[in-house]
Amino acid sequence: MTAVSDPSQLSDLIAEATDTRVNLDFESEGMTLNMGPQHPATHGTLRIVAKLDGEQVISAEPICGYMHRGYEKIVEVRTYPQVNALINRIDWLGSFANEVPFILAAEKLMGVEAPPRAQWIRTILFEMSRVANISLFLGDFGLQLGGMTAGFYAFRDREHVLNMIESATGGRFHPNFDRIGGLKDDLPKGWIADSHVAMDKLLAFCDEMEDLLVGNEIFQSRTRGIGVIPADIALNYGLSGANLRASGIDWDLRRDGCPPGLVYDQADWKVWTHPDGDCFARTWVRLQETREAAKIVKQLLDTIPAGPVMAKVPRIIKVPEGEAYVATENPLGEMGYYIASKGDLVPFRVKIRSASFNNISILPWVARGAYVPDLISILGSLYFILGDIDR
Amino acid sequence: MGLVESGRVPKPLSKLLNLSRKYSIWAYQWGLACCAIEMGAAFASPRYDVMRLGVIPFPASPRQADLVVIAGTVTDKLAPAVVRLYEQMPDPKYVISMGSCANCGGPYWDSYSVTKGVDQLIPVDVYVPGCPPRPEALLEGILLLQERIAHEDMAERWKGEPIVVN
Amino acid sequence: MRTWLSAGRVNQLSSTDTATDSAAENEAVVETDAAREAVLAELTERLGAAVLGSYIRPGDDLWVRVERSAWRDAAEAAKSMGFTFFDYVSAIDWLPSPFGRDMDAQEDLVVSGAEPKAPAPIVQGYAGGDTRFQVIARLYNIATAKGIHFKADVPDDDLSLPTWSGVFAGANWHERETREMFGITFDGHPNLINMYLPTDFQGFPLRKDFPLLARRVRPWPGIVDVEPMPGVADSEEGEAE
Repeated sequence: MTAVSDPSQLSDLIAEATDTRVNLDFESEGMTLNMGPQHPATHGTLRIVAKLDGEQVISAEPICGYMHRGYEKIVEVRTYPQVNALINRIDWLGSFANEVPFILAAEKLMGVEAPPRAQWIRTILFEMSRVANISLFLGDFGLQLGGMTAGFYAFRDREHVLNMIESATGGRFHPNFDRIGGLKDDLPKGWIADSHVAMDKLLAFCDEMEDLLVGNEIFQSRTRGIGVIPADIALNYGLSGANLRASGIDWDLRRDGCPPGLVYDQADWKVWTHPDGDCFARTWVRLQETREAAKIVKQLLDTIPAGPVMAKVPRIIKVPEGEAYVATENPLGEMGYYIASKGDLVPFRVKIRSASFNNISILPWVARGAYVPDLISILGSLYFILGDIDR
Repeated sequence: MGLVESGRVPKPLSKLLNLSRKYSIWAYQWGLACCAIEMGAAFASPRYDVMRLGVIPFPASPRQADLVVIAGTVTDKLAPAVVRLYEQMPDPKYVISMGSCANCGGPYWDSYSVTKGVDQLIPVDVYVPGCPPRPEALLEGILLLQERIAHEDMAERWKGEPIVVN
Repeated sequence: MRTWLSAGRVNQLSSTDTATDSAAENEAVVETDAAREAVLAELTERLGAAVLGSYIRPGDDLWVRVERSAWRDAAEAAKSMGFTFFDYVSAIDWLPSPFGRDMDAQEDLVVSGAEPKAPAPIVQGYAGGDTRFQVIARLYNIATAKGIHFKADVPDDDLSLPTWSGVFAGANWHERETREMFGITFDGHPNLINMYLPTDFQGFPLRKDFPLLARRVRPWPGIVDVEPMPGVADSEEGEAE
């Protein structure tokens, strides 16, 4: 730019420059920002190639595959119990929740029903894994927006839930507890009372998160109005879980399409929606869902029936020929397994419908026009686990 | 220091330097998969606090780090990134391979897209087995690494020749 | 307690239901799924001869097989019928794997020098099929809580299908993944690049004739103990496996 000596021209230029959205008539190349596979804010090995114009994002293309482990191929040479052990690791924060739709689909094909006690405990552990998963989300989201306290509190309070899962199943993560026809084992003595205490602590944690995050002015300005997803676009892309409910759609697979084998109709609970569809709405819906999940666990703990935890199934599991699809409301969204079986020890084809894959496919659409820090907000609020995207 | 490079470090000085190095390891944050959550529990939760061992998990950039914990599955697509990030770390640097996926491919040993062990790409100092290893196991791995650092010959490390631990 | 009506047979081995309940459920087994039949009828009316086959599992799910050329029309018809939630698009390779199951059963043993086993016939699943590859997709109707599975045959010599990405934007990524895993191209897709695999990856992994190389190089030993337990080795040194 040449120097401007004429005062009237200078004042015009200054007036234009104060309005930051105006392009000052000079050519500038956009910059390509690579949020590489190693980045503290991408929840794992996701790479986003963003083309920027100044601070605004013109296009943000996620490049997945850095955690692609080839699940759908390697389960074709594993028996059903072996597959069960492996699929824990898809959504690695709420691990028990990954097993449930697969087991339910296999039970559907075999015509086996788990006994009531097993169904109760399955649902309780499912909701506990939801609590474990989303409490980390709340802490992590705070961490990425700059509130480190939330992250530490989340890790600390999650330990209560992991303790309970560990004392029942033997593993903090990856419990591998579900079996076709029921569960591996019964609950240890005193588990019910301890779980009540743990859920009370988690309810207190949710109140703490509400104090720290939701009312915080910085949090509100960084999330309100950012990354708005209208309802019809959400349906088009197949968004699920809290992302869909935060856009105002009242759809919850636990209430509407619950597969037999889970006992959500035995507890009194509520589905939370929010009309806005922005980052704040998604966080708020998830916070309420965590509270609701803790309440469901407390109600179900009081009403567990007595009885066996395993139905009579053969020792070597051969699932009869057929195809089945079962989807459940996992912590991340709707997760489903399509099992095509040929009556063999191993499944013939398993298609894993993972929630985060659809949730992240909307990123190029949502990120247009956002600023770079907003990209972090959007990523965090859409909430995905890399193992779920890449399988 | 000229002493270190020429290899004429007196034993007490070497011991002192190793002691100070082993209690101030900077580990950089890079978790890949499920083991990353256990690593996060070890690093960030007050229960398995790793800072009491002197390991500070602050840097998000490899350029300021001493230690990288490869926690999780390494895929063939990610392999060049792993090597590049390892090369960006300044010497002396240490690698802990955490979890069975990073040790040998783990439960995905037959997959078409998984690197069967991160030691195919970079030299590893300590292997922590488990799927996922408990945070205490990772702490034990760090203790083993500290023991290794305490007994190592600084001159050898600076020169880059293979290290022999007593 | 609700239960599956699969195959008309229900195991009530561990339930505490009384006899009257099981009698009622046996009656329910015979019931047909009126709502899904209505959906199928309307779809057949809109698509006409393009609907080649169907299967309803009562109370559970509906499968519809359509002609390849009507693949996009099927999506638009379903969307206008209220199936606005896009679930997934993928494919199934019905060829039985030439490498077997790699289990430790007798039939999986590969005896060197023996004749290669005759390849098993290709048998498709629900709603029938004629080809080795079938593309499968699923849509939901949020208002009625019903889902539809669509299937389409894809001939081996022309592995392509019209794209759904104009109708459902979410199909974009799913079709990219299907292409890189099976090799099926989608006509009209804006950006058919690899989703998960590196660009220089050769082969289509989810095809049944794509080998898992680690298993070919070193077969899974199964439950056979390859090495004796420590301490037992001395006494059993001379024994064959």
